Amino acid sequence: MSVALPTSVEEVVDLLVKNPRATLLAGGTDLMVEVNLHGRRPVDVVALRNIAELHSWSIDPSGRSVTIGSGVPYAEMETGELARLLPALAEAARTVGSPQIRAAGTLGGNLGTCSPAGDGLPVLAALDATINVVGPNGSRQVRFSDFMVGVKRNSLQPSEFVRSVTIPLVDGWQGYAKVGTRNAMVIATASVCLVRTDEHVAVALGAVGPTIIRASEAEAWLVANHRMTSRPNAATLDEFGRLVREASRPIDDHRSTAAYRRHAVGVLSQRLLSRSYS
Amino acid sequence: MTSIGSEMYTLNVNDREHHVRDSWIGESLLFVLRERLGLPGAKGACEQGECGSCTVIIDDKAVCSCLVLAASAQGASIRTVEGLGSDGRLSDVQQSFLDAGGVQCGFCTPGFIVAVHHLLDDNPDPSDLEIKEALSGNICRCTGYGRILDAVKQVAVSRRSGSAGGAR
Repeated sequence: MSVALPTSVEEVVDLLVKNPRATLLAGGTDLMVEVNLHGRRPVDVVALRNIAELHSWSIDPSGRSVTIGSGVPYAEMETGELARLLPALAEAARTVGSPQIRAAGTLGGNLGTCSPAGDGLPVLAALDATINVVGPNGSRQVRFSDFMVGVKRNSLQPSEFVRSVTIPLVDGWQGYAKVGTRNAMVIATASVCLVRTDEHVAVALGAVGPTIIRASEAEAWLVANHRMTSRPNAATLDEFGRLVREASRPIDDHRSTAAYRRHAVGVLSQRLLSRSYS
Repeated sequence: MTSIGSEMYTLNVNDREHHVRDSWIGESLLFVLRERLGLPGAKGACEQGECGSCTVIIDDKAVCSCLVLAASAQGASIRTVEGLGSDGRLSDVQQSFLDAGGVQCGFCTPGFIVAVHHLLDDNPDPSDLEIKEALSGNICRCTGYGRILDAVKQVAVSRRSGSAGGAR
C-alpha cells in the first residue's frame, strides 16, 4: 500500500491512470470508517488534501451559478457567503454529523460515495447541479441526475474524479429537511430538498430509493393545478404529499422501515412547501 | 508531490517533528498518536467519528483523529491535548473543567478540552447555544453536560477579563 499526496489535479489524473484501482481520499469520514470498522484495506491511496484548487469556490461572472471545489468542507457551506447564496445547501450542511465531521467531510466525498443518504445530494438534485469531472480524456460535465446511478454507484469512468460542482443560483425559495432517530449526529432515514420559484417547484428525495429521486409528478401536478404565487390550501398540500410519497421507493433496513420513510418524505415535502410561503 | 511506500514518514505534532516508523501505512492518526508516538491523550472509542473523544486540531480545524489517515497528515500542523498546556501546567480550560466538576470518569475529557480550546480561540464570547453546538460532536455519559457548560463559560469570562488562570 502507498499514500500519495499530489498537489495538482493533473497529478491526480496521472496517478489514477497509472493505477486505476487507487482509492481517492477526501475528508476521510467514509473511507476511514471502512478501514477502522469494516476491515477495508485499500491498496493505494491518493489523498486530495494538498490540492488548493479543490478547496476553493467561486461565483461565475454572470452571477448565475456557484462552482464549489470537491474538497470544500461542509463547515464552509454552513455560514457566510455560500450559505447566503445557497440556503438549502447550508441547511443540509448543518445536518451533517458533528462539527468535527463537517470540518472534514466534503461534497466531493458525498459524490464519490454516492450513498442515497448523503446529505448534500438532494440539494444537488433539486437545484439541477452539474458535476465537473476530470480524467485522462480531459474534463466533462455530467448532470447530477446522470451522475448518481445506484446505491453507492456513480457514472465516473476509470481514472476519472470529481473536480467541482456547479450549482445554479435560483431566484426563489429553497430549503432542506431531514429526519433521523435523533436531532444531531445522525444519518438520514429520509431527507427532502425543495426549491420553489413563482413558476416552478423542484422536490428531491434522499434515503428513499437507490438514487436521489426527483418527485417529477408532484412537481408537475403542483405547477398545473396551483397558482404558484399563493399559499397552498390543505387539499393541495394533501395531494402534493401523496404524489411525493408515490414517487419514493424506500426499503426496510437497519435504520428505518419503508412505510415510515414513505410517510416521512410526504410530511417533509408538505412542510417545506408551506415554509416556502411563510 | 509526496508518495510513501510503507513505513516511514514525519508528522508535526505539538510543534515537534515526529518520525513514524514500522507502521502500516493505512493507520489512523488516532492509532499513530497513541501507539506509535506515545501520545495517549486522544482516546479511541467509536472509531467512526461519532463520539469526539479523539478530537485533535489539524491546521486550525477540530477533527476526529480516528478519521484521518495519518500518512495523509504529513505537512499539517497537528495539536493534541498534550500540546495545550505549557511547562507541564494545565491549560486554563483543563483547570476550569477541574474547578467546575466537568470531569467524572474522564474518558471524554481530552476530546472536550481540545474542542473547547478550538471554540474559544475562534469565538471568545460564545452563547450557550454556540457552546452546545460546538460541543455537539463530543459525547459525555457521566456529567450530563451542565458542569462542562459551566467550565466553558468560566474560561470565557476569565479570558475576557484578562485573568486567565493556567497557561494557554
